[in-house]
Amino acid sequence: MRKIGIPEIEDIALGAALLGAGGGGDPYVGKLVAIGAVQECGPVTMLDPDEVPDDALVVPIAMMGAPTVLCEKAIGGGEYRTLYETVSTFYGKPIYAFMPIEAGGVNSMLPIAAAARLGLPLVDCDGIGRAFPELQMVTFTIGGGSATPMAMVDEKGNSCIFRTVTNKWTEEMARAVTMACGGSVSVSLYAMDGKFMKEYGVRGIVTRSEILGSAIRKVKEVTDKTPEEAFLEITEGYKLFKGKICDVLREVRSGFNFGKVVLDGIGDDKGRSAYVEFQNENLTAVVDGKLLATTPDLICLVDTETFTPVPTDALKYGKRVMVVGLKCFPLWRTPEGLKLVGPRYFGVETDYVPIEERCKGGC
Amino acid sequence: MYKLGIDVGGTNTDAVLIDENLNVVASVKQHTTFNIYDGILNAVRAVLERSGVNRGEIGQAMLGTTQCTNAIVERRNLAPIGILRIGAPASRGIPPMVDWAEDLKGIAVKTAIVSGGFEYDGKELAPFDRAAAAAFFEELKARQVRSVAISCVFSTVRNDHELEAARLCREVMGEDVHVSISSEIGSMGLIERENATILNAALYKVAQSFTEGFAQSLADEGVTNAQIYLSQNDGTLMTMDYARRYPILTIACGPTNSIRGACYLSQLKNAIVIDVGGTTTDLGVIQNGFPRESGVAVTIGGVRTNFRMPDVVSIGLGGGSIVRQREDGTVTVGPDSVGYQITEKALCFGGDVCTATDIAVRLGMAELGDKKRVAHLDESFARKALAAIRTLCEDAIDAMKVSSDNVDVILVGGGAIILPQDLAGAKSVTQHAFGGVANAIGSAISKVSGTYEQLIDYDKTPRDEALARARADAVELAVAAGAIRETVEIIDAEDVPLQYYPGNTARVKIKAAGDLA
Repeated sequence: MRKIGIPEIEDIALGAALLGAGGGGDPYVGKLVAIGAVQECGPVTMLDPDEVPDDALVVPIAMMGAPTVLCEKAIGGGEYRTLYETVSTFYGKPIYAFMPIEAGGVNSMLPIAAAARLGLPLVDCDGIGRAFPELQMVTFTIGGGSATPMAMVDEKGNSCIFRTVTNKWTEEMARAVTMACGGSVSVSLYAMDGKFMKEYGVRGIVTRSEILGSAIRKVKEVTDKTPEEAFLEITEGYKLFKGKICDVLREVRSGFNFGKVVLDGIGDDKGRSAYVEFQNENLTAVVDGKLLATTPDLICLVDTETFTPVPTDALKYGKRVMVVGLKCFPLWRTPEGLKLVGPRYFGVETDYVPIEERCKGGC
Repeated sequence: MYKLGIDVGGTNTDAVLIDENLNVVASVKQHTTFNIYDGILNAVRAVLERSGVNRGEIGQAMLGTTQCTNAIVERRNLAPIGILRIGAPASRGIPPMVDWAEDLKGIAVKTAIVSGGFEYDGKELAPFDRAAAAAFFEELKARQVRSVAISCVFSTVRNDHELEAARLCREVMGEDVHVSISSEIGSMGLIERENATILNAALYKVAQSFTEGFAQSLADEGVTNAQIYLSQNDGTLMTMDYARRYPILTIACGPTNSIRGACYLSQLKNAIVIDVGGTTTDLGVIQNGFPRESGVAVTIGGVRTNFRMPDVVSIGLGGGSIVRQREDGTVTVGPDSVGYQITEKALCFGGDVCTATDIAVRLGMAELGDKKRVAHLDESFARKALAAIRTLCEDAIDAMKVSSDNVDVILVGGGAIILPQDLAGAKSVTQHAFGGVANAIGSAISKVSGTYEQLIDYDKTPRDEALARARADAVELAVAAGAIRETVEIIDAEDVPLQYYPGNTARVKIKAAGDLA
């Protein structure tokens, strides 16, 4: 058990944005939502998963919708109270704690705001260990968990609970309501008991985000190695490419942000070229025609000087970035995991090969 | 016809005269005065005297100034303001100024979030609460507030509520109230746009003083035929009237001007520019002739905005940096500085503070002031100070580089004499006779621009075709603003898809700029 205050929020937001692997939304607005709540209601207590009783009701909190909409409308502030009442009434028992569903600039932060505003604890655990675009892409699906009953509220005070037959249906219906509500809503999903959370959750993810964020913030203070070496060491990352963005192609299909960013090599990679394809999150990284990393491993673009993560919607011509690959949570590498989030699910016709094998002998 | 370029920095006020072929005819460097008017007057008078150019032959006068940046960083001359955000019930979870420093928050006399705003598709989020806004403006009026910042959720899609609030504000508070609305200042992202709008509102007095000061000093010097412009942070110009309404756009024009001035003088298209001033040294990068833009959100005095600005690293090293010996024998340089008082306080000018400039004079790197007054400085002390200066500078060069390859370095600015010529990481170090006034040159050669902004459905018009047409339109807008057609280039291009928007719609923004005719 420990307290999460404003300094911790700063680091968690930065680290979670890296784990967003290109998606997960703008960490700035997410951070402000958490800071706004903590300024008003005080710091949040964070529990280790093992501190949560087996029969306690634990509820992940997230937002659904377009990050650009969130950057305009932010959060009304009253959503979490409405969510609490809707969910605890439905289950006939009080919510014990909130938790994040994914790591990413926004969804790592909103549960902190919810916990602060309701005076409830936050659990150091999530369901992905990175960010993914679709609702069913969580470890809880592998454990047989269901996103529903899922509560959804908007800032205007509208609320509803979805009870659907499959997670795919939840996704479709939730998207329709999200659009009707103005493109950005707060949700609680995969409500579960403590036992299930401990069995399938990605433990320690908030702390990992905080460590990564703190390392990025202090990367230039390291004296015995270059900032780049320090960054790769702390993230346990594989340096895939370093380049200047020379084009960004984007397309919106059924509410997802598809695209491709093309890079011209700089530094050691001068004369080479690379591209990264994304669907909200980065899916594949290809250097000089060779596939170097695929989902579910994390493909992250970071600023070459500050090492701050560059999300897909902030990709701009001329920006210099380093492409880094990180290993995903082990459960994603199982056949059940790959069925949910492997390359073929996203239409990439290749078998999954772990990044450490693809990069064996240098990238 | 001549162009007169002026740059008012924290320490120096520089002026240059440039002829029709963009040759520098004369340049001067004067000290910035407490009221900027006298400093400009002195500089204009001196440059005219030196060049012998007829006052009536000056066709354009451009001013670049750090007055706005300084006002924010030093929390000086900022006006008390009111902040109205239209957007409830959305956005209340992040109140205005939530992450601002306490001392800067004080500029807000009162803040309100009222109902209104739009959804992403232009649908009304909530009706605009006129009564609440009117009551808020009444209270601001009673508290003698003269400037108001108005922001609104999705005002980049529809600004009706902002415009209505601005009209209401003038009705209640009088026609002369200063109203800054966010849709005219920033882009997508409510908080960053609101932040820039708040700063803009707080700067109105500063803007009044420097625009009037500039016009007055030109008039008093008999420069009456010149069109007057102010430098913006993207290397383009704006009119006086525009600058008075949007002072925030002058923020960080100094580094842009000095990088572009250095590029012009050196004729290098790719290099690191080191601009050494009196108090700080700014390092920027020229990439294909234009300043490299910052990849991270730009903060001004700790406030985050969504402007695109040149990527500049600033270190606390300048000609006036104070040199000290610690008890253990180590020597430190800066970050504090005697600033514009260098001609009174530095040893070589008869003062009693040892500065970086004194070290340069002591080691024979520069002829300045009275050499005898620094002769007593111990040589090993001076060498240690130079080593400290070298380390500060070389570390900063390394931070700006994209690879371990050595790069061309251009030294500009009045304080450049304090730097050694053999810097690690530099392939070559270039200095130019007019390097001391690179920023005033950058101001004088600034471009005029045109911006095209529209929502385009790519299903109706293919992206390539739409972008080509948008580029052509932006070029026409720049020409209409006074640019010479042959010189117009696209300096900024952005197409952002609007998720959930019907069709495949994107917001397309293209900015073109060219040389002033």
